[in-house]
Amino acid sequence: MTLQQISSTRRAFLAGSGLIIGLALAPRLSAFAAPKGVQAGGEDALTALNAFVKIGTDDTVTVLSKHIEFGQGPFTGLATLVAEELDADWSQMRAVHSPADDKIYANLAFGLQGTGGSTSIGNSYEQLRKAGATARAMLVAAAAEEWGVPAGEITVEKGRIKHTASGKESGFGALTVKAATQTPPENPKLKDPSQFVLIGQELPKLDTVGKTNGTAIFTLDIATDDMLIAVVAHPDHFGASLKSFDDSDARKVKGVIDVKQVPQGIAVYADNTYSALKGRDSLKIEWDLSKAETRSSKELEADYAKKFAEMGLKATNNGDVETAFGKEGVQTIEAELVFPFLAHAPMEPLDAVFMKAADGSLDVYTGAQFPGMDLMTAAKIVGLDPSKVRVNTQLTGGSFGRKAQFGSPYMQEAASVYAATDGTRPVKHMWTREDDIRGGFYRPMYAHKMRGAIDAEGRIVAWDQVIVGQSIMGKADLDETSVEGASNLPYVIPNLRVTSHNVALVVPPLWWRSVGHTHTGFAVETFVDELLQKVGKDPVEGRLALLTNEPRHMGTLKKVAEMADWGSTVPDGRSRGVAVVKSFGTYVAQIVEISTGDDGAPRVHKVWCAVDCGVAINPNVIKAQMEGGIGYGLGAVLFDAVTLGDGGKIMQSNFHDYRSLRINEMPAVDVAVIASTEKPTGVGEPGVPPIGPAVANAWRRLTGSPVRRLPIVNIVTS
Amino acid sequence: MVTFTLNGQERTFDGDPDTPLLWVIRDFEKLTGTKYGCGVAQCGACTVHLDGMTRRSCITPISTVDGSEVITIEGIEGPEAKAVQAAWVAIDVPQCGYCQSGQIMSAVALLQVTPKPSDADIDGAMAGNLCRCATYHRIRQAIHNAADAMEG
Repeated sequence: MTLQQISSTRRAFLAGSGLIIGLALAPRLSAFAAPKGVQAGGEDALTALNAFVKIGTDDTVTVLSKHIEFGQGPFTGLATLVAEELDADWSQMRAVHSPADDKIYANLAFGLQGTGGSTSIGNSYEQLRKAGATARAMLVAAAAEEWGVPAGEITVEKGRIKHTASGKESGFGALTVKAATQTPPENPKLKDPSQFVLIGQELPKLDTVGKTNGTAIFTLDIATDDMLIAVVAHPDHFGASLKSFDDSDARKVKGVIDVKQVPQGIAVYADNTYSALKGRDSLKIEWDLSKAETRSSKELEADYAKKFAEMGLKATNNGDVETAFGKEGVQTIEAELVFPFLAHAPMEPLDAVFMKAADGSLDVYTGAQFPGMDLMTAAKIVGLDPSKVRVNTQLTGGSFGRKAQFGSPYMQEAASVYAATDGTRPVKHMWTREDDIRGGFYRPMYAHKMRGAIDAEGRIVAWDQVIVGQSIMGKADLDETSVEGASNLPYVIPNLRVTSHNVALVVPPLWWRSVGHTHTGFAVETFVDELLQKVGKDPVEGRLALLTNEPRHMGTLKKVAEMADWGSTVPDGRSRGVAVVKSFGTYVAQIVEISTGDDGAPRVHKVWCAVDCGVAINPNVIKAQMEGGIGYGLGAVLFDAVTLGDGGKIMQSNFHDYRSLRINEMPAVDVAVIASTEKPTGVGEPGVPPIGPAVANAWRRLTGSPVRRLPIVNIVTS
Repeated sequence: MVTFTLNGQERTFDGDPDTPLLWVIRDFEKLTGTKYGCGVAQCGACTVHLDGMTRRSCITPISTVDGSEVITIEGIEGPEAKAVQAAWVAIDVPQCGYCQSGQIMSAVALLQVTPKPSDADIDGAMAGNLCRCATYHRIRQAIHNAADAMEG
């Protein structure tokens, strides 16, 4: 099963269990100030009506978000789903992270708790509405009992429960305790979308205010007076191991408490962050490179290109590609593309806090994208039964895929650092930006070889695409994430072959916002644009003619063309490019207008974007994700690469050499959300894939130079 | 011993004089709205006001702060701060939110000097503040809205 497929067999509705496990935080072992941080599950004084909804006597409704909030909006989205069916008023809604539980809080697309693949809204759409409807029914039953009136005569609107005939009226808070004792209905009736009051509205986000006054708490902000701050010295080659180290100078740094070897490197513990960093800088370490990756990026690229000559794993093989290319009068167009390693570089580097409770159990605070996996990993390394470990997911400063890792390798390091202490003092483990940029788990490097065949009548009759790179899923056979977006090419081309080669490297790979579409979207959309140009077709009209089986691709493409007034005169020195990509079930078309900037690189002035993600829960959040996806993708396409230098040394270390888009480089963005009654799909990732190819297509039409290698800045500066 | 004011209160620090202001604010003063993002003045998440000017606290040794006035996100006040924070909320600027304290500190300082900034003024004042969620589009709009609100 791929990440984005939601299995209906797993749609077990788990609300209505009455109590929530793991809510109470056990008393701390040490008697210092209580941690400044947000507990999973909300205030205990609230009454749980089911696993997702708690209602306070003050009328507040708190939704327990099984999905991590790192900017993509699940707090607001999931609360909207609950509020809709609960008939709550938006002003009474709150959201917190749920506890870690792979069963109760499973992502129904994955079968365990986790956030990714732009699935938060899609997998929760029915479940959270049912949770709201269940809670509503229990409140109504409580009111009926309290007032001695038939439940069928009770109405709920904007957080008020009313019985018109008797004139009785109440908020939720006065009835919540009684409501919790009611039997939850098994199959509460959900609203028809035509009855939606809140879904589809641009409701204000629930997490905005705390993020504008400094009060929002992230993992790095959790502090106690007795907390140890720990940083780890890592090697600057992948696959290196420790040969020897000298910590005598490090131990002399004021504030440094201890230095320990952990499997990932050398951990320095201090009373404060600066002492920990200074202590780490004072370590003398020799690394053993005998098992390290010693090839440079250039050498890797040459090795990847050798694979083009071999037959790879077949992802798609429609028609007869070889025969089509061999036919008389057929013109063959070729392109080879190279994509670099990309770091995710979320604003908040990886971090975790460990705090032992008086009963020996352990609280872990972290940006847990797979909380259950982080919990099992921490428990194993610390040597506790999993029932004695609580993972408290925190607001998190971005991720873009970085914090979703099978086997939780980051948690392995953090937990090892904590486990190497005597456990009496809380420990905060943090990565610096350098650890982050040089820490691997990159979007892998890929190489593509494209071949297209155009017949004598100017039709695209064959497409052959070879993709070489690491398997993110660690597979020996075909990895869908390597070929997604290419193997299911939306364009009608009679002879289509897509193959891939899995390359094994010690550089650890990971998904990066939009996964395979980061490179397949670029390859497909730039190559189809080149082929269309070759046969003299308009980029929009030419695509539409090849998208005859794909009405939603066509819908977004037509809409974006209308928004941009495609075909109108473009100012001198400017050029436009288009791309349309379906990823994670969501369709996004973008048109860009660019010129050549002062630095010789593309200057993107304007982006028009049309998105079809089915039912739009909150159009403002959807627009924000498109804007953000465009900026995130544009920065990477223009500037970013992690490269291995001679001998395999990691060449980048911080934002000065791993560039990020800045405000002066951000284009104006205009987003349209297509009205739809289809099931909702995600928006966290799908804004990313089209921006790169749209810019490259505009650049090729402006300069005549196709973009065969990313980042684009390397073309214009080399 | 370094003496400075933090959000209007006199504070002292007698630790390592090389300690960056960022870690004094976060670790010793326990004010966590000011964030760590890079440690090398490349991202602006640590932006504070030092004697009324924006300063990247991650590269500012505490020894250089002696006698100075430091304002963090927890302590900003005045019409510009109110207008900026209200404008940020009104159009839901933040996504992950981690960089936003720094963004707001830079935006407030801009409006204090330039009440009606142009797009170029905004680029000049805000280009040192990274947002990996790329909320730039809304940051620009919110600054214009804040300027309009103050004028109105």
